[in-house]
Formats: sequence, C-alpha cells, structure tokens
Amino acid sequence: MLETFIQQGINALQLGSYYSLIALGYCLVYGVLLLINFAHGDIFMVGAYIAFFCATALMGKYGVLDAGMSGWIVLALTVPLTMLLTSGVGVFIERVAYRPLRLKGANRLYVVITALMMGIVLEYGNLAMLGATRKSFPTLVPRAIFEIGGATVTSLKLAAIFTSFAVFGLLQWIVTRTKIGMAMRAVSFDKFAVPLMGIPLDIVIIFTFFLGSSMAGLAGLLYAMNFPVLDPFMGALVGWKAFIAAVVGGIGDIRGAFIGGFLLAFLEVTVAATFSSELRDLISFTILLGILSWKPTGLFGKPRTTKI
Amino acid sequence: MLSVTNLKVRYGNTEALHGISFTVDKGEIVTLIGANGAGKTTTLLSIARLGPPEGPKIIEGDITYKGQSLLPVPPHEIVSKMSMALAPEGRHIFGNLTVEENLTLATYARKDMDNVKRDYERVYELFPRLVERRRQRSESLSGGEQQMLAVGRALMTGADFIMLDEPSMGLAPLLMYDMFRALKELNSQGMTLLLIEQNARIALQFAHRGYVLDTGAIVASGNARELMDNPDVKKAYLGG
Repeated sequence: MLETFIQQGINALQLGSYYSLIALGYCLVYGVLLLINFAHGDIFMVGAYIAFFCATALMGKYGVLDAGMSGWIVLALTVPLTMLLTSGVGVFIERVAYRPLRLKGANRLYVVITALMMGIVLEYGNLAMLGATRKSFPTLVPRAIFEIGGATVTSLKLAAIFTSFAVFGLLQWIVTRTKIGMAMRAVSFDKFAVPLMGIPLDIVIIFTFFLGSSMAGLAGLLYAMNFPVLDPFMGALVGWKAFIAAVVGGIGDIRGAFIGGFLLAFLEVTVAATFSSELRDLISFTILLGILSWKPTGLFGKPRTTKI
Repeated sequence: MLSVTNLKVRYGNTEALHGISFTVDKGEIVTLIGANGAGKTTTLLSIARLGPPEGPKIIEGDITYKGQSLLPVPPHEIVSKMSMALAPEGRHIFGNLTVEENLTLATYARKDMDNVKRDYERVYELFPRLVERRRQRSESLSGGEQQMLAVGRALMTGADFIMLDEPSMGLAPLLMYDMFRALKELNSQGMTLLLIEQNARIALQFAHRGYVLDTGAIVASGNARELMDNPDVKKAYLGG
C-alpha cells in the first residue's frame, strides 16, 4: 500500500514537473503582456525536437561531429543548446507574429488568435518538414534505478522533478530580486510608463519570451528522455493541460502556475490509480472546473493586483 | 536648451497641435498653461517621444535638445541618453511594486552608482513621507504621496530636465504648495523644469516663463509676471 502510494506520488511529481515548467511559460507571457500564448505548448514540442536533433548530431549521426563523445557530455551540451535554440524560436515568434500587432495597438483578441494560428503552423510545419514518422529519442545516459520505500524510481524521473523545482526557484529569484524581474512586473502593471524609466520595453518582452521558451525547451528535453517517442502533436494536449493548470493555480502568479501544474498531475494520477485511466481526464478536469467556479481567479490569483 | 519648432502632431486623423514653437533654457522653470484638451499633455508626450498607439504621431516640425533632434530617438533613450524625464499625467506609478522598487527601477539604465546613492538621499530628503512608506506597495499610498513618488522616480532616472504633467492634480491646497516648493528647491539646485498646469495661478507664481496653449496653438507667452497681468490670460485662466 505504502509502496503504491510512494510510487504514484513520484509519478505525479514527475508529470507535474512538465506541466509546471510549461505553465510557468504561459504565466510569464500572460503576466507581462496579458497575452495567452497558445503557441506555447507547441514550443514545448519544438523543444523536444530540437533536443532530438542536438543529441543525435552530437552523437555523430549526421557525420558532422565525431561520434566519440560520452553520453554525459552529449547531455551536458544538449541541455543548454536546446534551451538556447528553443528560446530563439520563441523570441522569433514574438518578433514576427506578436510585435507587429502590438505596435499597431491591435485588440488582444487578435493577438490570441495569432498565437493559436502560430501553434498550428508549428505543428503542421513540423509535419511537412519531417513527415509523419515518429522520432525516437536516443538513450543518452544509463538509467539508474533507486528504491525508495519499496517503490522504484529512475534517475530520469528524479532529474525532471529536481529540475522543475530548481527552475522555479531561479525564476522566483529573477522576478523578485533582479532589476529585469522588477521591470517585468512593472510592464505587467503599466506598460505605458516603462520607457519613461529608461527601460527599453522590447528588451523586457524579449527577455520574457526567452525565459518562457527556454523552460519549455527544457521540459521538452526532459519529457523526451522519459517518454522517448516524438510526434508533431505531442505539445497540443500537454500544452492545453499546462495552460489549464496555470489558470487554476492563478495565472497571474508564478507560484500559482507552478502549484497548478502539480495539482493537475496529482489529480490525474490519483484518478487513474483509483478508478481507471479512461476516466482520468474526465474526472480530474471536472474537479478543476469545480475549483474555478468556486474561485474564478485561481487558487493564488487575486483580482487586479500583482501579475506574475 | 530645448527647442520646439513648428510642431504638428496627430492622434489618428485628428490634428492635436497645429504648429507650436517654444523654448526652454537651462535652469528655467517654464510652464504651459491652458484648458483641458488644449494639447498640453500631447506636447509632453511628443517631447518624451511616446508614439502610437498610446501617444501622438509627429507629422511636421522638429524638437531639438542640446542641439540634437529628438525625432529619431526612442523613448527609453530620451531618458537614458538625453537625461530628460517625464512625470506623466495620472502618475503611472507601478502599484504592484514597493515605493523603493519604483525608485530603483528608474535607475535601470544608470551606470553612475555613486550619484544614484546621492539621488536616493535627495529624493527622501525632498519627500520625507516616502521614507516611512519605503517598503509598502505603492498602490497603498495616498494621491499626494503617489505624486511625490512620481516626481521622485523622475529624479532617480538621473535627469537634469524634468517634465511634469499636472503635479498638483488631486492634491489638497496645502500639499500642492508643498509640492511646488519642492520643485522650486530642485530648480535652485540646477534642475530645468517644464511644467504643465491647469491651475495657472500657482504655476505662474512659481515659474519663470510661460506659454498659453489654446486648442493646439500658442496664444500668448512671456515671463510669468507679464502673463499674470495680461488681461486676456487673467480673464480666461485666472478667474478674472
């Protein structure tokens, strides 16, 4: 009994890590621009693919690099490369798709629709370029298996959980303690006055997309290592779920988004373990619906106070 | 120092300024007075280079500061490179940040850390009430305190030219005089001020020179004393 409990708890923590990492990206962009970046789930997918190509290239698959590197070095290089390239994609999307609308003072609805379309473009762009065959992510490092209270845990699961907490801590520090974080909070409250402080608004917005997308890239890499089958639509459902998790947690607050991700994961795992996995989404989302109708601003959200 | 020449600006399809010209010299307090909708705020937004969608679009004329045209300068560089600051209408303080965070944010682009330290002291000396409220979220401040913070923030940018949009708005008469005395004190330390006021009486009392704006055009100008004695100005803006 206790074993199952620990086992499921760790599974939920792992699943929650992906939701949370993605939810944080939704939350940052929403907090700063009041934009629901519906392409974000697909940026997670792009991150997984970027990780795939980085890892296989470093392993010498395309003949551009020597194949002699050990798995650990490949991993150590894949992490920053994936984060950097994925954030490049996120920043690029902001530049070509969202910024022109912002400069024209377009209504937020049009920006949200643009984001939805951007997501579809990413999914089908991937399908067009790489075809419908799924990619399998290579094994980079041997999985170590631990026993905790009778439950088995792989090192990869622990890595995902640990990473999400570390990233959250780092993000919390950036937002509350650094000048750029202060500027992000300022943009979320009053965009108009930000340039009056000598702060280039575009830099703050680019930084926000950089942070959000690099976290999605990291989530994509971790996800691909644990569930090594990639397809162009893998980001759609996970992205939606992470977004809902962020809203239930309180999308204006990074703590809310982080906890919302874990809340959803625990609900899903609990339902799947007690009833059946077919009822998983039905029951867990019904519970989330209940939470939202009880507290429409989310668990941590407050009406019109701090965003992010 | 600041020279605005034949400035025409537009909001969408409406021309808001029809070719105004004025100057501000180093060390002066100059005020623009006029009724609501005369184009005063538009003038300051144009100088601060805040453009569309929120701000106006300049269609003709020039704004130069220290001999350099401001037209190609982006708004954040007006602050960081030209050392000009604007305390905007409605204050626009960041209510989700503390008082101190608001002040710190204004130093974002500054590298001269020694002067930054001195400027914190200067702000807290000028507005002692902000000291007590340092760690409070700034949306909890009273209107007068928020106005002090808006001016303090402009100071913290390191500017030596500050534009103020209705610093007396919403203040009780006593606080209003406090605010203007603080501005005068700043001016005596070498700060150049361009000040917009609906309350023409107090503005002219503290300013060196003034311009009267009426529906996008300058209709009178002169030193403050002359304007106060000008019968038209008296009748229209000083209540007879």
